[in-house]
Amino acid sequence: MIGFLSIAGGGFLGAISRYALSRKWNRTSLPYGTLIVNLLGAFILGMIAGSGLAGPFFLFAATGFLGAFTTFSTLNLELAKQVMERKYKEFLIYGGMTYIGGLLLAFAGFWIGNSM
Amino acid sequence: MNYFAIGLAGAAGALLRYATGLAGSAAGFPAGTFFANITGCFLLSFLTAAVFKMDRFPKKLAAPIGTGLIGSYTTFSAFSIEAVQLMDKGDVQMALLYIGASAVLGFLFSITGIIAGSAFLERRVRE
Repeated sequence: MIGFLSIAGGGFLGAISRYALSRKWNRTSLPYGTLIVNLLGAFILGMIAGSGLAGPFFLFAATGFLGAFTTFSTLNLELAKQVMERKYKEFLIYGGMTYIGGLLLAFAGFWIGNSM
Repeated sequence: MNYFAIGLAGAAGALLRYATGLAGSAAGFPAGTFFANITGCFLLSFLTAAVFKMDRFPKKLAAPIGTGLIGSYTTFSAFSIEAVQLMDKGDVQMALLYIGASAVLGFLFSITGIIAGSAFLERRVRE
């Protein structure tokens, strides 16, 4: 029950935070709002995973909040739209920054969390 | 009001993702996150291209369902850390397979969702 509530509470706050940020920053042809939440979320989750945290706080912060704060479906919808609108340059920049940046930041976070 | 609805839908999306993840990882492959991400890509694209554009669809529900429910059901942070942890374990091949399959299929399912959604919408309009 506590696990269930932790995930729900984290998901509630994570979704609202992502919505607020993307409304503010997704207005250009590069969706900076989605980019920022995904990169930031990957880094913080890396730190949490590296620190070996578990239990209800992990479910709240990692599974709930960061899981909902970051998104894969919106990212790919945005990438698909860029290709269909023939914005290939934006597609490569956005896709590259998200995947390369996200994986590097998750790795950096994991390393920092591990050595703390 | 809209924020609250998005939050509630986000909570449901996170729980759904967790339930999917409980189905577990198949032979070292993070199948739960992968399944949630791929299905979410198709769903969000289809809804955006078709359902959200239908006259009878209440516009107020688009953000809670799209951004809240499906946005939270899928995740980028778990995808990233799972790939990093596979590498950390020395399972580089599995990590590359996971990254490649997620990126390529996520993109293809989104394109498919848009095309299927547009076709669906067009047929509904013509009828």
